[in-house]
Amino acid sequence: MSWRLWVPLFAFALFLGLAAYQLTQPKDDFVESRMVGQELPYFELPPAMDGIQGVSNATFADGKPRLLNIWASWCLPCIAEAPHLESLKRQGAEIVGVAIRDRPEDVARFLAQHGNPYARIGRDDLSEVQLAIGSSGVPETFVVDGKGVIRYQHIGDIRENDVPILLEKLAEAGE
Amino acid sequence: MIAELGLAALWLAAALAALQMVAGFMAVRDDGSSELVRLIRPAAIAQGVLVTFSFAMLVWLFAITDLSVKLVVSNSHSMKPLIFKLSGTWGNHEGSMLLWVMVMGLAGALIAAVERRLPERTMNATLAAQGVVSLGFYAFLLLSSNPFERLPTPAPEGMGLNPLLQDIGLAFHPPTLYLGYVGLSVAFSFAVGALLTRQVTPNFARAMRPWVLGAWVMLTVGITAGSYWAYYELGWGGWWFWDPVENASLMPWLAATALLHSASVLASRDALRTWTIMLGVVAFSMSMVGTFLVRSGILTSVHAFAVDPERGSFILVLLGIFIGGALLLFALRASTISEGQRFALASREGALVFNNVMLSAILAIVLLGTLYPLLTEAFDVRVSVGPPYFNPVGAIFTVPMLAVMAVGPLLRWRRDRADRIGREVALFAALVLAALILFSLLAEMAILPLLGLALGIGLAVASLLPLRGRKLSRTPLATWGMVTAHFGIAVALIGMASESAFTEERLAAVAEGGSTTVGPWTIELQGVEPVAGPNWTAIQGRLAASYDGGEVKMLTPQSRNFWAPPQQTTESALVTRWNGQLYAVVGDRAPDGRWQLRLWWKPLVPLIWYGGLLVALGGVLALIGRVISDIRHRRLAARIAQRRADREAMA
Amino acid sequence: MRRLILLLNAVLLCSLFGPALAQDTMPPAPYAYRQLDDPGQEAAAQDLMETLRCLKCQSQSIADSDAPMAGDMRHQVRIRIAAGESPDDIRTWLVQRYGDYVSYKPEVSSTTWPLFAIPVLLILLAGGILVGRFRRRGA
Repeated sequence: MSWRLWVPLFAFALFLGLAAYQLTQPKDDFVESRMVGQELPYFELPPAMDGIQGVSNATFADGKPRLLNIWASWCLPCIAEAPHLESLKRQGAEIVGVAIRDRPEDVARFLAQHGNPYARIGRDDLSEVQLAIGSSGVPETFVVDGKGVIRYQHIGDIRENDVPILLEKLAEAGE
Repeated sequence: MIAELGLAALWLAAALAALQMVAGFMAVRDDGSSELVRLIRPAAIAQGVLVTFSFAMLVWLFAITDLSVKLVVSNSHSMKPLIFKLSGTWGNHEGSMLLWVMVMGLAGALIAAVERRLPERTMNATLAAQGVVSLGFYAFLLLSSNPFERLPTPAPEGMGLNPLLQDIGLAFHPPTLYLGYVGLSVAFSFAVGALLTRQVTPNFARAMRPWVLGAWVMLTVGITAGSYWAYYELGWGGWWFWDPVENASLMPWLAATALLHSASVLASRDALRTWTIMLGVVAFSMSMVGTFLVRSGILTSVHAFAVDPERGSFILVLLGIFIGGALLLFALRASTISEGQRFALASREGALVFNNVMLSAILAIVLLGTLYPLLTEAFDVRVSVGPPYFNPVGAIFTVPMLAVMAVGPLLRWRRDRADRIGREVALFAALVLAALILFSLLAEMAILPLLGLALGIGLAVASLLPLRGRKLSRTPLATWGMVTAHFGIAVALIGMASESAFTEERLAAVAEGGSTTVGPWTIELQGVEPVAGPNWTAIQGRLAASYDGGEVKMLTPQSRNFWAPPQQTTESALVTRWNGQLYAVVGDRAPDGRWQLRLWWKPLVPLIWYGGLLVALGGVLALIGRVISDIRHRRLAARIAQRRADREAMA
Repeated sequence: MRRLILLLNAVLLCSLFGPALAQDTMPPAPYAYRQLDDPGQEAAAQDLMETLRCLKCQSQSIADSDAPMAGDMRHQVRIRIAAGESPDDIRTWLVQRYGDYVSYKPEVSSTTWPLFAIPVLLILLAGGILVGRFRRRGA
């Protein structure tokens, strides 16, 4: 009979434990894509500005692993990220950009100011590609292997210490 | 100097709380033989005075904008209107905690000064428990959130001129909830006190009841006001989102509602002893859990980076000590407390027990749905739990509860025959059935709104039945309170069901001079003009709305841009009629020059908040009724004692 | 109430709002703020949108948010409904991309079964308490 009286205390202890554990955990708001490990869905985007090629899922199916960078000229962290994209490019990564809700003139201005690491940039005015690959913010970077399969997702802007990680993932995707 | 006075008063109050605690426990242990016993009540009273003084000092610092005090600098500004300077006192973590302990101190002082119904030993135990809770909060304030901290050098100007925070709703909504939480902490102290001395008596329930009632009224008002605020301020016409922070305020309300009813059974029938104690502990623990969830930021993640982990841990430790201690005591003691009077299923108590169980189950569902995402996150899985979960799962328990609520008050205490109230039950059932059939034929409605509407109509009528055959002028205020509150629930329910079933929405791009319709309304966009406020610019739409071709009402919704800090807000515009509300929002301009309008016609939606206010009014009536009858009893007892003394003197 | 408390939180935590997040200046997606012509389809879309989580917001459905991405998601929902997709398919499509997090309507799965098992347990428990209580009395 009296074991029932201990149930509330037990339930409370569980809550306390959970809350204490969660307090010690760093809180991140990242929503990870479930598309990692899956093939890019079909899409076809027009170029984001004059003088550059657009992007489609077929772009990724030629055997060469690439980075797919979701960005926008209006996004502040993208400015911080720009030099590290440059350094990735210098170290041999091919970077394909998808500009989210952006105007050609703004894209051109951004690239003139912060450099252009992109091989191609597609224009995604409705966040269609973003939604299709499970990206929930700008910027995000995906590693896509030569068969068009997403192998890795990096959420948020690329910092200096992320560069080697991305290169390594890119190399893995090329194996 | 003022800050130092406030701080000194706070330290002294904390010392008195410690004295109250130690003396109280000693008195309980050696049965009042210790000399310290006589200090308990004075300590509680002096503590209340000191902490009030301390709070007054903080208010003063904010009133004069003393820029050498850190809290003032970070939350106030010399140019703010006085009312917002004052409300700024509790519009921040430290100040709100000080407000909390002040109300707690005043409550303790009030109990110590006037409460004489309980046996002295239980009273001492109660004040000792109150001392523990207060001491915990004093420690929190003094050790980790000192409101009186000075800056090494005074700042030139304060930082708190955020216009969004200068809102009358924001100034008074949180204190209302705190008052509710503090009321529940008093109920908690009573429960722990009674548990310590095993004197769980009707008198204990009578002493506790006004505090529960008061807390419940405050929580009801707080939730109702918060819901209305979200409704008109968020610009999408939603009034409840099952957001974790909202749930954090709903859970103590559910527990307090259950506690209120079980305390009534204990007060009038001496039954449900352990159950009442348990609910007393649960109700306060829900306030603490809510406070923890909101302030630690582990659930609302956006401000998580600014959260001070120390604060979250401190609240968690307090929570562990208070609630863990009380539950441990409960587990050890509850089996030695007898259940009290028995009763049949078909009795007032039977109905109350049924609904208590239902309320507890709803509480468990809300708690589960709120904490579940936290649980899965520990395993790196993120899930969302929202209205599609809470509504149907909650309804499993709400629907039977509403049915029992309609007929329960008609039953007699202890033992009754169901067939005695057969006609009333039949009336309720007929109303519900008729409404169900009528509405399912007339309109295509989802099942939950349909049930809500039918039960709401049935309950609205049934809740008035207890007044039937009574002389209204001689009906006790407490009965009026019950009827009003139950009727208010029905009113709110009808509003909620109607809002979700009959709302009509129109999103339209309208050129100036053009018009559109929503439900029975025709709305013309007469023009869009820029307007400017002290720290914002806005575009304001001029809408002429006419209901069914009738009189034209003007609406001026705005889309505001604040520049310091830069932020965009939508100011909705409302037209309220007896049968509903028109809700209008003006959005951006489309490339073709037309303006985005969002319009809703929400039939009967104001009933949600009128219902909430009726519920609170019912609580106030019951509270007044109880207090008056207490005073009467006391006078009577005093007169009898006087007469006896006279007679003895004569003899 | 949510925003009220969030604002309050911001004050309580002594953190002023950071610089407003930069936002694009593009017009919203065509169906972000435009209803479908067919009222039945629009109602289905609305019901679905109210149960999808805006990924960029604190805890709002895409039906309650002015965030551009919520607008783009509304656009997706509306054009897919208009193209004849069922709401469940659209939900599944999103869950395949964002996990259960994107849906406010938990489905029974290996990670969410307690959400459904516990209410069943509660029904049994509540029934048990009531039956136990009153049978004992009756006897």
